Amino acid sequence: MRFVFKTTYDQDIDLAQHGGHRLWYGLLLLALFTAPLWLGAYGLSQLTFMLIYSVVGLGLMLLVGYTGLLSIGHAAFLGIGAYTQAVLAAQGWPLPLSLAAAAGLSAAVGIVVGLPALRVKGIYLGIATLAFGFIVEEVLARWEAVTGGNAGMMVGRPELLGWTIGSGAPFYFLCLVITVGCTLLVLNLLRSPTGRAFVAIRDSEISAQSMGIHLAYYKTLAFALSAALAGIGGALYAHMIRFLSPEQFSIIQSIDLLLMVVIGGLGSIHGVFLGAIFLIGLPQLISEIKDYLPWGIGDSPGLKLVIYGLVLVAFVLFEPWGLYGRWLKIRAWFMLFPFYRKGMFKRQKAFQKSDRLK
Amino acid sequence: MEVFQVLVGGIAQGCVYGLIALGIVLIYKATESVTFAQGDLMMLGAFLGLVLLTTLGFPFWITVPSVIVAMGLFGLFVERLVIRPILGQPTFSIVMLTFGIAYVVRGLVTMIPGIGTETHKLPVPYAGQTVSLGGVVIPVEFLVAIAATAVLCLLLFLLFRRSRIGIAMQAASQNQLAAYYMGIPVQKINGLVWALAAAVAAVAGLMLAPITFVHAQMGMLGLTAFAAAIVGGFTSLPGAIVGGLIIGVVGSLAGFYLPEGFKNVAPYVVVLLMLMIRPNGLFGERLSKKV
Amino acid sequence: MQDILLSAKNLEVRFGGVVAVNDVSFDVRRGEVFTLIGPNGAGKTTVFNLISRIYTPGNGSIHYDGHDLLAQPAHRIAALGIARTFQNIELFEHATVLQNLLIGRHVHRRTGLWSELLFLPSVRAAERETREKVEEVIDFLDLQHYRDTMIAGLPYGVRKVVELGRALATAPKLLLLDEPSSGLNVEETGDMVFWIQDIVHDLGITVLMVEHDMSLVSAVSDRVLAMNQGETLALGSPAEVQSHPGVIEAYLGAVEDASSLRRPAR
Repeated sequence: MRFVFKTTYDQDIDLAQHGGHRLWYGLLLLALFTAPLWLGAYGLSQLTFMLIYSVVGLGLMLLVGYTGLLSIGHAAFLGIGAYTQAVLAAQGWPLPLSLAAAAGLSAAVGIVVGLPALRVKGIYLGIATLAFGFIVEEVLARWEAVTGGNAGMMVGRPELLGWTIGSGAPFYFLCLVITVGCTLLVLNLLRSPTGRAFVAIRDSEISAQSMGIHLAYYKTLAFALSAALAGIGGALYAHMIRFLSPEQFSIIQSIDLLLMVVIGGLGSIHGVFLGAIFLIGLPQLISEIKDYLPWGIGDSPGLKLVIYGLVLVAFVLFEPWGLYGRWLKIRAWFMLFPFYRKGMFKRQKAFQKSDRLK
Repeated sequence: MEVFQVLVGGIAQGCVYGLIALGIVLIYKATESVTFAQGDLMMLGAFLGLVLLTTLGFPFWITVPSVIVAMGLFGLFVERLVIRPILGQPTFSIVMLTFGIAYVVRGLVTMIPGIGTETHKLPVPYAGQTVSLGGVVIPVEFLVAIAATAVLCLLLFLLFRRSRIGIAMQAASQNQLAAYYMGIPVQKINGLVWALAAAVAAVAGLMLAPITFVHAQMGMLGLTAFAAAIVGGFTSLPGAIVGGLIIGVVGSLAGFYLPEGFKNVAPYVVVLLMLMIRPNGLFGERLSKKV
Repeated sequence: MQDILLSAKNLEVRFGGVVAVNDVSFDVRRGEVFTLIGPNGAGKTTVFNLISRIYTPGNGSIHYDGHDLLAQPAHRIAALGIARTFQNIELFEHATVLQNLLIGRHVHRRTGLWSELLFLPSVRAAERETREKVEEVIDFLDLQHYRDTMIAGLPYGVRKVVELGRALATAPKLLLLDEPSSGLNVEETGDMVFWIQDIVHDLGITVLMVEHDMSLVSAVSDRVLAMNQGETLALGSPAEVQSHPGVIEAYLGAVEDASSLRRPAR
């Protein structure tokens, strides 16, 4: 068991709160920065995808997990970022500028999408975001002059300071740096007044208001930030898959993103990464085991859907805290051994306050 | 004249949306769960009808009731297995759960060898027939859809207003605790509500199938139906039908008058407008929190 | 002429056909404890909601410390120095006690979005200062034991104290307490009496309170306003109001001998 003696407020303010944190996260960063050495080319590309989805997931977690605003059409921001980057890179914009433009445009659209949030709540807001998601997907398909429409669009390689960043290790490092940077920005935000304001809005809008939190400003900010992060992720996504078409940013993709944050663990940053690992890892797992499945089930396109659905149902039923929650429980078991009691994390089944009156 | 045909088509499509939306609103009113699985339940009903009609060769007049009953039982099964344990959890969890159910249903149907990945035509007895009304040619499938919806609405109205079960459902949907105290078996009622919603979705599927085709992606219509439910007011049953009709008609007219692509988007623009102007929909109740 | 902090005049609120508040006027003097009493449905919490700008009155005005309150949006009220607690506790359930209190310091935020993203030293210094102020409130209310506990796991009595603490963390000039003793046992109510007295005398905060527990009302209030069915009945010291025949009738129906109902003054 670990006892943390706190003697300064800084220990609570810091990101790494004790030696154990510093050690493990340090090792993790070391492993990530040396990944090209011990991971093959395929593994590296999968890891790159994980990083890209983590960036998007950071934004979605901020919006859904921390501010409590439902967004069912988030892939739209991914698409806006991707196409912006593709178009600007083709015109020769340097990477930092085009990334900023992708983030900025996504944020601007995010502010528009967030406007309904000022009037409606809960599932109504979810449907509004869904509607926006459909509209953006259609715009991407119809605006052929810019996006190439349904025929799709090729994407070149990113250029930074005159160098072309090739695929493989160089692009991986780019994604790694951006992911680490975005994670730090979000973590910083969460430990300062803005992050606390988000959580306040999630838990009780009325008392957040009476604490002086301007609801409209913070809700709009949450949408803008999460859209910007999705835009950055989208820009990297464009360079990774090298060919864009509107159906990659459909509602199915949006629901996959939601799946990622839910299974990862809503309301935690760890959940973002665990969810991204799940999202990228599960198809790998499926293709590994499909040869062992009888009657040719393994080759059916429906298998992926069924497994995703079953996993989602299982998590909601048995582990609503997601993968991170399960990890916390396992860690508690180890830390408290042999004093772990079965009922430690039991949910209090209180009568849920009626949502209609929120 | 062509407009009239487009209009009737829109109304027929709107009836399908309305029925799916009806199921969504039924479940929301009874259990405050928001479900995105209705679209795929409709798809399942359509496939069930396909299998009974083609593979097993049942006549149409046996197929329809069989599908309705089978889907009703399936709705009961889903509620018992998956929904009941999570009542009381936040809305978002339930929403994700219903997405999961939708994925499982869609995936299982896709996995059926031979049929799952193909697109099929449902061989109904009135396929391809048309009726001439005042010089306008209207496919019978449209009229069947509209008529079936009207009959279903009447039956549901009678159920809720006149029958004991219907009144019990209304009571349970307004105040679960009080209903318990009155001796109403609320959990069984919830099961029945899901069964009813699934059966309604099945009817929608059987009516839609002759108009469009039967394929595993039909469930995506559920999202548009959700928009219809919002437009009508999420807590109103007649509102769901009206919302569906509005969405259906707007979609059809948009497809007819506006350039390519607006047809898909029009329903969602309507939803957005409705949310901005009148967030509680046409017939929804305005409820606010008392502090 | 005593210094008036809050002045409400001719307030009227209708919900549909129901008149919740009808021509209600009162003044709250700086440094006093002013209590609203009345049976349920009298409109007391509605008056609070008017001051917090959750509702807007159909008629009337509210002036506070030189400001026209009705011209302010709800989120500006805290910045003006008005804090409130809620009748049914409105804490942030999925956060710890410490985080709830830290959110209470939001009005005193000096850092902007970009400096927070980068967590500049100015932000760190502001965080330390916020934490110090919050610890003062924790010491005042003896909440040290619960600092890192999630609200969802706390008993009701502690939650009420945290709600009070969160309001205090905003460093208000005027504190609106909505039924501070509801759900508390005798001991906890006794603690509440001491805290309210300390809040007024040590922290210099003016208190406007809605309360049902007459012992608490008599113990701390300087003046009491009795309301019934949206209208004002009587204004005066606790003893005066409690023996007012109209007040007694509102609570208990008509009574011949009022003296038998008078509670012993503390």
